[in-house]
Formats: sequence, structure tokens, C-alpha cells
Amino acid sequence: MKNLVFLVLLLMSGSVNATSDLVVFSDPSYAARYQSMILELRCPKCQNQNLADSNSPISQDLRAEVQRLLELGMTDGEIQQHLMARYSEFILYRPQVNKSTYLLWIAPIVILLIGIVIIFGLSRRSAVVSEVQNPDIQDNKQRLADLLKNGNQ
Amino acid sequence: MRLALFLPVALFVVLSVVLLLGLDSDPTELPSALVDEPFPAFRLEALDPEQGFIDEQQLIGEVALVNVWATWCYACRIEHAMLNQLAESGVKIIGLNYKDNRADAFEWLTLRGDPYVFSVFDLRGSLGIDLGVYGAPETFLIDAQGMIRYRRVGVVDERVWSNEFAGLYAKLKAEAQ
Repeated sequence: MKNLVFLVLLLMSGSVNATSDLVVFSDPSYAARYQSMILELRCPKCQNQNLADSNSPISQDLRAEVQRLLELGMTDGEIQQHLMARYSEFILYRPQVNKSTYLLWIAPIVILLIGIVIIFGLSRRSAVVSEVQNPDIQDNKQRLADLLKNGNQ
Repeated sequence: MRLALFLPVALFVVLSVVLLLGLDSDPTELPSALVDEPFPAFRLEALDPEQGFIDEQQLIGEVALVNVWATWCYACRIEHAMLNQLAESGVKIIGLNYKDNRADAFEWLTLRGDPYVFSVFDLRGSLGIDLGVYGAPETFLIDAQGMIRYRRVGVVDERVWSNEFAGLYAKLKAEAQ
């Protein structure tokens, strides 16, 4: 039991460590904005980590840069623009909707629509085919209706 | 209706082509936001304290390479011989010593030769951030007006130089005259 409690505490302590950043702001409202920004900004060196998760030196530098820019009084949008001008759109985890990303945003919807059309078409065709291939299906339908009406005779 | 039978094959061909093209693209390579932009303004100490402070004005006037290097950067070791060779052949190379230790950097240049006209000492990586640097070595080609015209992340070797730099370098040199 004691071991279990210890284990649970140990597991919990990991997440506590991960979230406690030793970043001090002059204005407490910056802290929340800082946290949400480093979750949305991508580490340029690592392929799939945001600035909050990554411990690479460049991520540390960029977190400090975000902090510096917040303290300068820049808005979230301005900070994103500032970093994008240096690190390209790659720095944003959520790609912007623009000419080069239309395909990215629209493709899932288009593919879904194509899928729906195909499934719809297939199911209709199979219904038609089964009636054509089994000429006595009408007889069976009639028998079924009779059975349901008159009960088992 | 017959054509519909070929739909899976057609889809397969299209997908193959897309994936084949994808093989050639390097996911670690970021698009360069700074190409055709002026070299960012800065004011930093030179690696050699006797040279005082350096700003972006000192990079303007001649076609040059700006090479981001550091002694902790393993690939910079590999690159260094090529830089020496380029400097010998008359290419102006400016060093950006990135988040490094001054004593180590001096030792490095004494040991391996100094291909740089001068090196900027960017201890905190502030100019690095303004240049969008995310891994040394990186090399920027700037024209005589101080505009960034090309950027290479990674080692510049013979092949990279002849494939990616040489043509543009010659063209910019010709334009500058």
C-alpha cells in the first residue's frame, strides 16, 4: 500500500515538474498568454514538439524570446508575426489558411465527400443489382408480406 | 462504367507519384523566411575584442557569405576546411560565432585557420534568432546591398557549393561590378 501511494505520488510529480516553469513576469496576465503561446509555437529544430515540450537550446531561446516580446507589450498576433518573419510559418503549429495551405485544409472535407458519394453509389447499385439478379425477389417479398400478415401457416 | 474499374489503379499511380516526390523533400529543412530580405539590424561585439562593435552596415558593400559557427557544433568541424578553401579563393566570409565560448573560439581559429574577415560574437544568440537560425552551421549569401539572397542550413561542402552557391555567387559578383 505504502509503495503504491509512493508510486502514485512519484507519477504525479512528473507532471508537476513539467508544468512549473521558472518564468517570472512583471504582469501576471502575461503568464497565461505565455503558456498558451508556447503551446502553439513549434520548435524549429525538433520535428514534432512545441516550445513548451521541447528542451532543446533553441526552444529555450525562443521561450525567452516570447517572454521578452510579451514584456515589450506586443500582442499575441504581433509576436506570431515577429517569429514568422524569422522562422517562417513552420513556427506555427496551426497552419494559417492561405493560398499554399488551401489543399491542406480542404482535402479532408473533399475526401470525406468523395467517400460519401462512393458509398452512396455502391449501396444504390447493389440494391438495383440484387433486384435484377433475382427475378423472384418480388415473389419473395409478396410471400414475406403474406407471412407477416397471416402469421405462420 | 469501364473507366471506373481503373479508378483504383489511377489512384494508386497518383498516390505513388505524390509519395515519390515526398521522398526527396527533407522534413528537417525549413522554408527560409529571410531570403530576399535585408540582413537584420544588429550591434554586437566582434569575436576579437580589439575590433570593437560590429553592426549590419559593416556587412554591406560586397557580396559575402555569413557563416554561423560554434565550437560545440560538430558539423562545423567538417565544414571548416571548405571555408578555408573558399576564403583562399577570394570569397569574403563573415563569421557569426553563435552561443559560444570566446576562448574556445579563439583556440579553434588558431588551430584550424581563420577563414573569416571578422567574426561577430553572438553570445546569447539574439542575432541568431533574428536570422531564424535553428542549427549551426548555417550559411547566408548576401549581395552587395546587404540583402540575403540564399541560405543553407547544414554543411557547405564542395558539392553544395557548386550546386547551390557558385552560380548565384558569380551572378551577384557580376552584378556588383
